[in-house]
Amino acid sequence: MLTYLLRRFVLALLVIFTVLTISFALTRLSGDIAVAIAGPAASAEDVAVIRKTYGFDRPLPVQFVEWVRSAASGDLGRSYLYREPVSELIRDRLPVTLKLGFAALMVALLVAIPLGIVAAMREGSLVDRGVMLVALVGQAMPGFWLALLLIIQFGLRLQWLPIAGAEDWTGFVLPAIVLAFSAIPALMRLTRSGMIDALSSDYVRTARAKGLSRASIVMKHALRNAAMPVVAVSAVQLGALLGGSVVIEAVFALHGVGFLAWESISKNDFPVVQAVVLFLAVIYIALTLIADLFNAVLDPRLRAA
Amino acid sequence: MMAVRLRLGGTLLGAAIVLFVAVLAVFAPLLVPHDPFAQDLMGRLAPPMWLDGAQAGHPFGTDQLGRDYLSRLIYGARISMLIGTATVVTSGLIGITLGVLGGFFGGLVDDAVMFVITCRLSIPLVLVALAVVSLVGSSLTVVVLTLGLLLWDRFAVVSRTTTMQVRNLDFVSAARAAGCSRIYIMWHEVLPNIVHHLVVVATLEMALAILLEAALSFLGLGVPAPLPSWGLMISEAKDYMFFTPWVIEIPGVALFVLVLGINLLGDGLRDLLGATRDA
Amino acid sequence: MDCAICWGPRVTPEPVLEVRDLRIRFGGVVDAVRGVSLDVRGGETHCLVGESGCGKSVTALAIMGLLGRGAVRSSARLAFRGTEMAGLSEREMAKLRGDKIAMIFQEPMTSLNPAFTIGSQMAEVFERHRGGGRRVALDRAAGLLGRVGVSAPGLRLAQYPHQLSGGLRQRVMIAMALMCDPELLIADEPTTALDVTVQAQILRLLVELQRDLGLAILLITHDLGVVARVAHRVSVMYAGEVVESAPATDLFAAPSHPYTRALLACVPVPGVVRRDQPLGSIPGTVPRMEPGFTGCAFRARCRYAMEVCADDVPLRLQGPDHRYLCQLVV
Ligand SMILES: Nc1ncnc2c1ncn2[C@@H]1O[C@H](COP(=O)(O)OP(=O)(O)OP(=O)(O)O)[C@@H](O)[C@H]1O
Ligand SMILES: [Mg+2]
Repeated sequence: MLTYLLRRFVLALLVIFTVLTISFALTRLSGDIAVAIAGPAASAEDVAVIRKTYGFDRPLPVQFVEWVRSAASGDLGRSYLYREPVSELIRDRLPVTLKLGFAALMVALLVAIPLGIVAAMREGSLVDRGVMLVALVGQAMPGFWLALLLIIQFGLRLQWLPIAGAEDWTGFVLPAIVLAFSAIPALMRLTRSGMIDALSSDYVRTARAKGLSRASIVMKHALRNAAMPVVAVSAVQLGALLGGSVVIEAVFALHGVGFLAWESISKNDFPVVQAVVLFLAVIYIALTLIADLFNAVLDPRLRAA
Repeated sequence: MMAVRLRLGGTLLGAAIVLFVAVLAVFAPLLVPHDPFAQDLMGRLAPPMWLDGAQAGHPFGTDQLGRDYLSRLIYGARISMLIGTATVVTSGLIGITLGVLGGFFGGLVDDAVMFVITCRLSIPLVLVALAVVSLVGSSLTVVVLTLGLLLWDRFAVVSRTTTMQVRNLDFVSAARAAGCSRIYIMWHEVLPNIVHHLVVVATLEMALAILLEAALSFLGLGVPAPLPSWGLMISEAKDYMFFTPWVIEIPGVALFVLVLGINLLGDGLRDLLGATRDA
Repeated sequence: MDCAICWGPRVTPEPVLEVRDLRIRFGGVVDAVRGVSLDVRGGETHCLVGESGCGKSVTALAIMGLLGRGAVRSSARLAFRGTEMAGLSEREMAKLRGDKIAMIFQEPMTSLNPAFTIGSQMAEVFERHRGGGRRVALDRAAGLLGRVGVSAPGLRLAQYPHQLSGGLRQRVMIAMALMCDPELLIADEPTTALDVTVQAQILRLLVELQRDLGLAILLITHDLGVVARVAHRVSVMYAGEVVESAPATDLFAAPSHPYTRALLACVPVPGVVRRDQPLGSIPGTVPRMEPGFTGCAFRARCRYAMEVCADDVPLRLQGPDHRYLCQLVV
């Protein structure tokens, strides 16, 4: 277990380094970055000044080493737009995105797990088909479009919920539901197939032979085993939800990390873009590590290995 | 029995939807009643025919610039299908090459492939796509290439695991014993035996690519105006959505139905071809 | 070596389990069990023998009410202690299972839940049927583990199935089946997964328990050596039917059905079975029975096969308690 975790950790570091490289390369894609920052109206002198100030006149490898070194020490650079350290910008915006991501994951799990269980218990029935249809619909629903439809209905017509911003928790209801939609199909299918396997397993037959209650058979013996992959995927899904919240934060004008990234992208604020990409990647990697640990706790076979 | 019939019905419905949209896309110039780019500022936001006040000749109404919505919708099918297929081809090439190599050779090659897949998965998809399109400049080609370079992970994962399963089967060992070159074996023995899994992945990726393009265009960093991408149509119309909700409903439904159709078809193919659900 | 007679029959006359004309059909196309009848009395070991695939496990599962979906069960009588079980609800059956009727499965490697400790899996049966709290249940579990020959029972209780060998897991399954002092134990090849010494130990344990508790045992096995050592009564199954049923001594002394005789053909001296000789050394395989089949299922492999064998087979009596299904009169 320890050597396994150690290997995973080293792998994670390597991945982070690669992402560092990619996020650096990303911002140099546009050719002359100084021109992009200066904007279309700038004169040649302005561009030269910018180039000098931000160190773009140095050779690329030097700039790269500089970026890696400062990123490793937690310095993600300064925003051109806000003139603030990027790490502070992210820290300010993070709570909104985290709240949104966790709320969405909760909604997704609360919908997906019960439906997945019910579908598995009646595999092949109309209930099962209905649940699978929900998964298909969820998969095909464009998130931003669903967001607009909900805004029209609940925000504008019924006026139950705010349509933008997050003064209090009500502002999170619609975005969380929309974001949850993207995670529900995968989680539901996984719960369903895991439960189908578990319910037809020998150990569930043993549980029935012991005369246990239906609740104990399904919720304890079967679900415990079906839950392992669901937990792993939930962590990965949370990563995807945080990454995917860009679109939803933009639609609902929630000022989280996604919104920050979108804003920076449209305004050529490269240090921020670069840093958010790196930041989300690190979160994703950390989440997959946590998922592995969680699985080890849930699955005694892994704990010993 | 009931379930089987439902399943078959779903597959046929999916196939019909995809075929229908494909025909619209291919023959768009012949089918459109109007020029999808022609503005008519006097006839703006005309409602579609099922609402009061509809104008003759505009069955789906007109948009905020008076352009015929049906014509734009049909041209939008073109963009969606183009993005979907081109992305699948690009990402399929990358992902299948990586996956087959890793699965076939194993060892260090496989470690390297797994590493590349892990890196790709840890990169935030939407964000990087947005950034690339924004930096390189938005055009259809850029969107296709960006999505193609980002959406190959499932191809790689599935082709890797299925190649591993196929690698040890008798006919592959026989070909190896007969001294066939590895390239030959991968191309003639492995690929034909995993292609049914890949077809299913292709449908999933096509659906995803179409949804992503719509999202990028919606955020203004996808297909550039005035091209009638469905995502862009929704974006441009959203200021009018409260009083004339059909302006976002029509392209949204089109998007939803197409993606649903592709997924239905994919699910049906999965059953039909006996492919795995996922890797 | 022990023999059936040595323990002295403390067999009660009332059958604990009565099965009459049990039929099981899978998906409407496979007749896995075609009219099985058998009785198991208190203190009696009834052995069910037959080649792989003849329907032994399915019969056991049907008695427990544990057949999966896709299986259709019917029976003229399926009674435990005189109570018909066919009409019982799932909830009422669950009350019997694990408490009055316990089962040991053929697959020790997969029959324990990998996610829970041995202790918690053993304790929950007791808690479910007897209550009394976890402590009491765990004490009892430790005691039973000791009885089935598991060393350091206290330690085992805290372990997970994957930490145990196949033999240990099977012993855990046996101990678990005994948690509530069942009256009927259905053991589906409980010793197949074990090596010979452990096998002998487990059989001795079952015999002991039977003597102490008056347990009725339905023992399913391939192994005629096991049958010779523990059976009071033997039913030989072929293609979903009991083709011969007799007290163990009668069966070994005067096997009547050609299939039984073929099974015993390898035995040089009647009554002494070579342990290394499993069933199934008869040429050919058990046919898959489809609905509408008539006549004797064994006729394709039978050396005495005649034209009449395609007709309905009569049930013949060889002694007061010895019956077989065949056209031949021995
Ligand atoms: N779920 C099922 N669906 C269809 N057929 C089944 C099912 N379960 C069992 N069968 C069929 O029922 C027959 C009897 O199976 P069973 O498991 O009872 O055999 P067995 O006598 O226990 O064999 P073994 O000695 O190998 O354990 C087999 O032919 C099998 O194919
Ligand atoms: Mg069996």
